[in-house]
Amino acid sequence: MSLDIEQVEKIAWLARLQIEAEAKADYARNLSDILDFVEQLSRIDTTGVTPMAHPQDLPQRLRADEVTESDQRELFQQVAPAVENGLYLVPKVIE
Amino acid sequence: MHKMTLAQLARGLHDGEFSSLELTEHFLKRIEQYDEQLNSFITVTGETAREAAKAADARRAQGQAGLLTGLPLAHKDIFNTRGVKTSCGSRMLDNYIAPYDATVVEKMREAGFVMLGKTNMDEFAMGSSNETSFYGPVRNPWHLEYVPGGSSGGSAAAVAARLAPAATGTDTGGSIRQPAALCGVTGLKPTYGRVSRWGMIAFASSLDQGGVFGASAEDCALLLGSMAGFDERDSTSIDRTVEDYQSSLENTLEGLRIGLPKEYFAAGLDAGVAERVHAAIRHYETLGAEIRDISLPNSQLAAPVYYVVAPAECSSNLSRFDGVRFGHRCEDPKDLVDMYMRSRGEGFGDEVKRRIMVGTYALSAGYYDAYYLKAQQVRRLISNDFAAAFDEVDVIMGPTAPSPAFKIGEKSDDPIEMYLSDIYTIAVNLAGLPGMSIPVGEVDGLPVGLQLIGNYWSEARLLNIAHRYQQDTDWHLRMPDVFV
Repeated sequence: MSLDIEQVEKIAWLARLQIEAEAKADYARNLSDILDFVEQLSRIDTTGVTPMAHPQDLPQRLRADEVTESDQRELFQQVAPAVENGLYLVPKVIE
Repeated sequence: MHKMTLAQLARGLHDGEFSSLELTEHFLKRIEQYDEQLNSFITVTGETAREAAKAADARRAQGQAGLLTGLPLAHKDIFNTRGVKTSCGSRMLDNYIAPYDATVVEKMREAGFVMLGKTNMDEFAMGSSNETSFYGPVRNPWHLEYVPGGSSGGSAAAVAARLAPAATGTDTGGSIRQPAALCGVTGLKPTYGRVSRWGMIAFASSLDQGGVFGASAEDCALLLGSMAGFDERDSTSIDRTVEDYQSSLENTLEGLRIGLPKEYFAAGLDAGVAERVHAAIRHYETLGAEIRDISLPNSQLAAPVYYVVAPAECSSNLSRFDGVRFGHRCEDPKDLVDMYMRSRGEGFGDEVKRRIMVGTYALSAGYYDAYYLKAQQVRRLISNDFAAAFDEVDVIMGPTAPSPAFKIGEKSDDPIEMYLSDIYTIAVNLAGLPGMSIPVGEVDGLPVGLQLIGNYWSEARLLNIAHRYQQDTDWHLRMPDVFV
């Protein structure tokens, strides 16, 4: 499995990651190596094997639909890059 | 005081040999004196530690002290600590002051522990050498040119150099056991679900589990008892009684069935490490254990499965770092997409980006079945191997890592080489089993770890098995000369 720079750019876009132009070749090489490494899985016969998503074969635990948290907006927004009047500020999205 | 185990320090406090404030000052002074060489701490919380120590002494004076009241401890910087920077070793969270405490932090404080600070780690726990940290590599106290292992390298190094008597860690593919082995300390990764993940910054949610580093198995028993337990805030936490891990430490090992997987002693294992591990296993025979050769036939597939599953889960978990609610935001974003791309591009280091991209690729349209689903199926085969083995034996033993610590820089340019330093530990996380590493010798002055793998919920038995070895040997008590 060999990724080219164009594929690296596409994956980086899907992950919303900016990769510096001069680093793209290194990423292409390293990611190709990693995909080659995991490629050995394709040789294993897994017909009929139930996928294991998690160590616990248990149903998701549910809780009663009750309010358990208090409002801590101010506390939580203290760590935000930009807020105003209790709102998170981001660059304009609608003209 | 730093030469004493946590259990001894607890007795010292109880007997009034020293106060918690004296003990805390002693360790803070050691951190100040030595950590410039090691870089094992990202944040030292001296002031709050002194306050907590004074409060602990006051509780003791009023006769309200518990077993652990006033004992110092360091937390891996992956656990949220209210009012204290929680960086996860990343530039992304360099400015993040946690607004709440992780359950582990809360429980251990309530148990009486005094936090000395937050330890260095591989960025977002992704690494096996502590070289991916935004705050620079941690150095191995046994040889400063060598890595301490990772990702909990700061915790392992701090305990090995006795800058802290104990520390917490997390283990997703070996991140407690491998640094414990490379630094010559005792490390425990509990059964998945034993310790709450709430407030522990997520890397790969089906693999991550909190655990501990101590000078001995007895210390790990004390630590686990205080951190384990059901937490309704963690949907994967299991509602199961926490055992008294102290009470079974002395149990006999007569008739214990130890399985040695042939795959863990195959090509790729350093000869010196093999020799020390076999010597430790021979010691278990003298304690009445019976050795059986077993096979975990899919062992060689654990690393490839892991490097699909862990990146897939990480690419999902780390999507929360968007520059909006917390963490790094780039300067002057021209639009929303530019803000996402540059904030994440600047905030994450190379290894984190690589894993996000591998995960993104493996989960993308057209590749899901070939990578993610396939990996989950092979994960089942690996887990089945363990289930079959535990029909025959009580514990599985082998090396924790294929070699002693390697040099800083030696593997940092080759991700695959680095990934292979976890070949014996990864399968345990895939299955969700508990594991330990204990020091069993040295090769050229660098520590060697023996890995103990138990069946689900067998932490008490593992601690017992480790403790009995440590009753007869002193590898776990050795300290690097420079830090004595």
